[in-house]
This record gives sequence, C-alpha cells and structure tokens, in this order.
Amino acid sequence: MSSAVALFRRDVMLAWREGGTTGTALGFYLVVVAIIPLGLGPDLNLLSRIAPGVLWVALLLASLLSADRIFHNDYEDGSLDILAMGPLPLELVAALKSLAHWVTTGVPLALMAPVLGLLLNLPIEAYPLLMLSMLAGTPAVSFVAAIGAALTLGLRRSGVLLALLVLPLYVPVLIFGVATVSAASVGPASPWPPFLILCALSLASLVLAPIASAAALRTAMR
Amino acid sequence: MPDLGPHAAFIWAAYGVTLVAVVALVVVIVSDDRRQRRLIAELERQGLTRRSAKAATAKAATAKTSTAKPAASAKPKSAPVKTPRARKPKA
Amino acid sequence: MWNLANPTQFLSIADRIIPWLAGLTFLLLGIGLYLAFFVAPPDYQQGETVKIMFVHVPAAWLAMFGYTLIAAASIGSLVWRHPLADVAAKTAAPIGATFTFVALVTGSLWGKPMWGTYWVWDARLTSMLVLFLLYLGLIALWQSIEEPGRAGRAAAILAIVGFINVPIIKFSVDWWNTLHQPASIFRAGGPTIDPSLLTPLFVMAAGFTLLFVLLHLIAMRAEILRRRVHALRQMHVEHAAAA
Repeated sequence: MSSAVALFRRDVMLAWREGGTTGTALGFYLVVVAIIPLGLGPDLNLLSRIAPGVLWVALLLASLLSADRIFHNDYEDGSLDILAMGPLPLELVAALKSLAHWVTTGVPLALMAPVLGLLLNLPIEAYPLLMLSMLAGTPAVSFVAAIGAALTLGLRRSGVLLALLVLPLYVPVLIFGVATVSAASVGPASPWPPFLILCALSLASLVLAPIASAAALRTAMR
Repeated sequence: MPDLGPHAAFIWAAYGVTLVAVVALVVVIVSDDRRQRRLIAELERQGLTRRSAKAATAKAATAKTSTAKPAASAKPKSAPVKTPRARKPKA
Repeated sequence: MWNLANPTQFLSIADRIIPWLAGLTFLLLGIGLYLAFFVAPPDYQQGETVKIMFVHVPAAWLAMFGYTLIAAASIGSLVWRHPLADVAAKTAAPIGATFTFVALVTGSLWGKPMWGTYWVWDARLTSMLVLFLLYLGLIALWQSIEEPGRAGRAAAILAIVGFINVPIIKFSVDWWNTLHQPASIFRAGGPTIDPSLLTPLFVMAAGFTLLFVLLHLIAMRAEILRRRVHALRQMHVEHAAAA
C-alpha cells in the first residue's frame, strides 16, 4: 500500500515541479474560453446559453493537452519497465498515474471553471453544479486519457493522435456533464439524473480504464 | 428512366456518392491485391520460395552444431513463415 | 474457423471463393437496383426520396457490422491469438469506414428534402458520426505504429474499448437528442415499412453485405501476401549478407 501511495505522490510532485503542466492547462482553458466570445459576438444571452457546452468542451481539450505526459517520461527513462516488474500490478500503476493526472490537471481545471463562467455570463444558479459536475466528470476524463496515452506511447505526433482516439470516447461524459449544468442554469429539469449518470461513468472508468491502459502499456513495452 | 419526383437530384446524388465510394474502395483493394500477387510471383521467380526457406531450416536443424551464418539467419526468419502458431510473433 | 487459421489454407480457400462471391455480389446488387428503381413504389409520405433508404440503410447496417467484426477479430487476436485475427481487423477498418461515410452522406442527402437541412443532429446520424470517428482513430493508430505486432495489439485494445463504449455513446446521444428535439423526427416510411419497400431493401442489404465480405477477403489476401513479401525480402537481404 505504501508503495502505491509513494508512486502517486511521486507523480504529483513531478507534475508540479516540471512547472507548467497545471499552469499550461489552466492557461489554455482561459485562452480558449476567452476567444469564444470574440468569435461569436458579445451577446450575453447567447453566451449564457452556450456557456455549459463551451466550458465542458474547453475542459476536455485542456485535459488532453497534458495527457501524453502521463506515461511518457517514465517510458523514456526506463522507469516504466521497472514499475512493470515491481510489486504493484501494472493496472494499479496505470490507475495511480491517471489519478495523479486528475489531481494535477482535472481538479484545477474544474476549480477554475466558475471563474471562466463569469466570462460567459453563466447564470449564478449553475455555479455549484458546474464545479460539482466537473469534479465528478474529470476522473473519467483523466482515466480515459490514460488509455490514449498508453496506446500512443512513444509515437510521433502522439498528442494529436491521442486526442483523435480519445475524444469520441468522451461523448457520454460531455453530454451528461453539459446536461447537468444546463439543467441547473435553465431548468426546469432536475440536474441530478444526468449528474448521477456522470458519476457512474467516472466510477466505471476508474475500474475499467486501467485494465485497458495496462494492456496498452504492455504492447508498447514488448 | 423512371420519374423520381421533385427531389430527383438528391436521389441521384445519393446513389452517385454510393457508387463512387464503392468503386473507389474496389479499385484500391483490388489493385493492392494485384500488386501483392505480382510481387510474390516475382520473388518466387527469383528462386526465393518458402520451399527454399524450408530446406534451409531443415539443414540448420540437422546440423545442430553448425554455426554457419546463412542457416542461422534463415532459421528464425523461416520458422514464422512455416507454421501458423509460430507466426504469432511475426503477425 | 480453425481450418482458416493457417494462412496458406486461407489463401487457397479465398482464391476459390472470391470469383463466385464476386459474381453473386454483383448479381444481387443488380437485382436490388432494378427493384429499387423500377419496382418499388413511392412512399405515401416521402415520395420517391424513400429510394435513398435502399442505399442508406444497408450502408448504416454495414458500418455497424464492420465495427462488430473488428471487435470480434480483436478479441480473437488478444485472447485466443488467432493468427489471422489482426489481419481481419486491419483490413476491415477502411471498408467499414467507407460504408460509414456513405451512410452519413446518403443520410444527409435524405435529410435535405425531408427535414429541409443537410445535417440534422438526430440520434442516429450523430451516433453514426461518432462511429466514423472511431473508425478513423483505428485507421490512424494502424498507420502510426510501424511495428506490425504492436500495431495489431494496440488497435485491438482500442477496438475493444470503442466497442464497449458504443452502446454507452448510443444511449447518451439518444438521451441528448430527446432533450434537444422534442418534436418527433420523421422516420423512414413511418413506424413500419411497407412490404413493397422491404424486398428491395433486403436484396440491397444482402448485396452490400456480400460486397463487404468479398472486399474483406480480397483485402485479407493482399495483406497476407504483403507480409509474406516483406518476410521474403528480409530473408533475401540476410542471405545476401551472409553469402
């Protein structure tokens, strides 16, 4: 158990010390959300209607930015081989690294979303559920991103390829995440059914995604 | 030609796209198939058949202590070509 | 199935089947087209544009059939290590993607006279678009990994992950669609399709399915030969180096 905790803490520390993975993701999130009104016009009614969708889509893209980093550094310097031979099952290693990605990318993005909601005139009632839905949905985003990272390990243009492979798999998370926030801001439907489905998707990916990630890591390391 | 009503253009367009896509697919697949068959025939003409690979393997198997390079290098390459199970790492 | 595990046997069986299959395919497609254009009556609601259904529905069916085939082949490749499984998966992807593309375009062309717009985000078309993206991802992964063993295994994993997600995606798109489009969407021929339209549809579907199988067999043959060419060339190089 302690080796698992140690691995998790190591990954989080590395991400923070690498300087800029969290910052870059947040910066990217800000930039994308900021240029949307520049592209669409400043009509606040329109912006408030599209705000849930824009915030979620930009979150997905910002998460994918740092996704190819999840296994890359360890793959490059051989640590991944050592981890694979170590006491922890590779599935757990993949899960811990995905969790570290969530803590260093997903959570900060989710916490920043309300600030960006201000830019898009998101109704005030939606703010709590905005953060809640994103905190609930970003684990799925990180864990599925890890599958893409494992599949594209060491390949050229892995970042773009990763996004192409993984974005279609995000459709359910996107749909239910946006539905939660829209229901909270516009009503009349309750936001809780889509929110619960979102939680279910995250829980399922917590369990299933590391299996696929580990299998993909094994193919890359053979 | 049958009268296809006021939206005939859409019907023709739909069938046209289907036809073009199917024809393109057929052309690509069949020409690739022909190319591979041609290449195999050429290589076999050059005397590089799987039989000759098999013979080289048989030779290497009987001459176990032989460290001759051709036999040694032919063996790992021809073995996958021989049996389906051994093809696993190759495929 | 296990008789086909040996690539050489597969090739000899394929060589024998392919000409007959080709003849049968084009015969069925010819009959289907004749039925579609000269026998099938116009729909009471949609008029003659219902004829687009005879290419759109088979293409959509094959799009899904293709992906299922790839998923099954991927399981065969990863779990049972069937020797031809990754050949089957690799060659089916472009064929399935083409049929998905046809389904999307014909669906769009059907939509314009029906709903007044070229693209409609209804549940079926949207799901088909996502399926197209899944196909593109598979093909991109095959292209990006040079070592064929790793490419086959990685693509197999991706195919299975995608396949598991397809029902979830379909469910979420359906749900999303009811949220955004409360008005019922015009469905082909209404809730039930008249029998006079069913026969051309089935003939075309059968013809297209045989076309898929035909093209798949030819592509598998080409891929097996391609790998043999590669292996023989490598042997040639090593013999030359040793000599």
